[in-house]
Amino acid sequence: MSLDVSQWQIQDVRQALATKQASAQEICAAVLARIQEQNAATNAFLTITGDRALARAAAVDREIAAGKPLPRLAGVPIAVKDVIQIEGVRNTCASQILRNFIAPYTATAVERLEAAGAVVVGKTNCDEFAMGSSNENSAFGPVHNPCDLERVPGGSSGGSAAAVAAGMAVASLGSDTGGSVRQPASFCGVVGLMPTYGRISRYGLVAYASSLDHIGPFARTVLDVAELLSVMAGRDPLDSTSAAVSVPDYGKELAGSVKGLRIGVPREYFAEGLSAAVRGRIEAGLQVLRGLGCEIVDITLPHTEYAVGCYYVIATAEASANLARYDGVRYGHRAQDAATLSDMYRKTRREGFGTEIKRRIMLGTYVLSAGYYDAYYLKAQKVRSLVASDFSKAFEKVDAIVTPTAPTPAFRIGEKTANPLEMYLSDIYTITGSLAGIPGISVPCGRVPAPGATASASTPQLPVGMQVFARHFDEARLLRLAHQFERAAVSD
Amino acid sequence: MKITEQDVRYVAALANLELDAQETARMAADLDAILAYVEKLDELDTSAVQPMAQVLYDAPEEFTLRADQDRPSFPQEQSLGNAPERGAGHFKVPKVIER
Repeated sequence: MSLDVSQWQIQDVRQALATKQASAQEICAAVLARIQEQNAATNAFLTITGDRALARAAAVDREIAAGKPLPRLAGVPIAVKDVIQIEGVRNTCASQILRNFIAPYTATAVERLEAAGAVVVGKTNCDEFAMGSSNENSAFGPVHNPCDLERVPGGSSGGSAAAVAAGMAVASLGSDTGGSVRQPASFCGVVGLMPTYGRISRYGLVAYASSLDHIGPFARTVLDVAELLSVMAGRDPLDSTSAAVSVPDYGKELAGSVKGLRIGVPREYFAEGLSAAVRGRIEAGLQVLRGLGCEIVDITLPHTEYAVGCYYVIATAEASANLARYDGVRYGHRAQDAATLSDMYRKTRREGFGTEIKRRIMLGTYVLSAGYYDAYYLKAQKVRSLVASDFSKAFEKVDAIVTPTAPTPAFRIGEKTANPLEMYLSDIYTITGSLAGIPGISVPCGRVPAPGATASASTPQLPVGMQVFARHFDEARLLRLAHQFERAAVSD
Repeated sequence: MKITEQDVRYVAALANLELDAQETARMAADLDAILAYVEKLDELDTSAVQPMAQVLYDAPEEFTLRADQDRPSFPQEQSLGNAPERGAGHFKVPKVIER
């Protein structure tokens, strides 16, 4: 019997286990077989934790056999981005410098998912240290978008998005610093959530830019993302920035009406640079929201055009400090032929880090260096205040904000690698929310023909994502709106 | 060019990075382009704006400060588990001081 679980959602796993249609081990084995079949083409996984996963699934089956109540995520196969640690499992951050690093402890987010019965099937490829927008910065090769293998899956959590899109996991975890969950969700046609800053503990997430880093889930539906969030969210004593704000059962919050909600549409997100085809899909999405009884309101977020510059100062400054720890002393790669300690540091970092990491460390070190701190870093922190206040002013008038997730659909592998600034600008719509610390989600909003392709039946149809922002800790409303949109758009 | 190759060499030394001549030239050009873009921020008058270092939310102090009690920490063996070179319960490194 060959079980096809490639399109399963959490409720399908739950039902299969409850009705004994399949065991957790059979579901896990089916997912592992699917990974075997799909990973060569996509390169989505860096480590497959087959034995560990089957052992965990067997434990779930034993609980079921003992008649214990099924935990919330019993037997649900999930993939975890390789910047989120699991004790005893290799954690590379897609970098040569950590290619043999074995995580000594487990991230709180993963610990909570596993305590709820989830089964981790592997660690996913990403941009090195989560720095990138296309997954082309991985030391282990790019991830290929399952919707079109010639195209990028987005980044930096490209492997996690591709794993869900290609049926290699029911859900996955990524990390989002400037759009690294939402943009790949958009490119791969899945749902991706960046929760409010502090909603999910960052303990065990390898640090890139600490004031901007978030763990966020991917899944095929908003409901599944809500289920994962309910399990992971909440205060963790091991992360002092995790918020002591109560956690609703997000799955139960989805059902309510969205009639009368005021949705802001910021005109700055529909200006130059947005592909006409993407704009068309988002406008059709807004029509769906009107049909649900939402009121669409024109708003302005006037500092949007400064967000990318602001982000690349703050994020690289924090990265230059966070990545100082990779020096070959305590863990990771060490250069072999160094005569002195300082020589060893430099050679280790030269050999271990890829080009984009070096570029960001250099930029971050420069903006923090003597004489430039006020001009760049302090200035960027002040502009961050202005970007955040754009949102707080807007949320006095509207309940949610809808934008495209990215200005284009997935671009070709190699298309933007020559020009780092052009690559940075592909994050323009997601970075604003990251700076403000508000929650944002990308939900599928139809497909468009590949740019430049002739219209024919065989033209690959590339997914487009619609992004929704809400107020701090207002994930319940954000998810409800996204869920109601998803249902209406599917039946559209 | 605002960023010279000399600037790049200076910053690389601060960051403990080593770049060859070709990488230095490319880095100077890349940083120059990115910083030229970042200068857009100077269009904004921020003299009356407070810097934002962290996303803040309302919480009483006891939520962000834990009690000052000792807790079990990472055992030595586990801490040394990923060490490139170790000995006598310590990390070993190349010599630090020239004789």
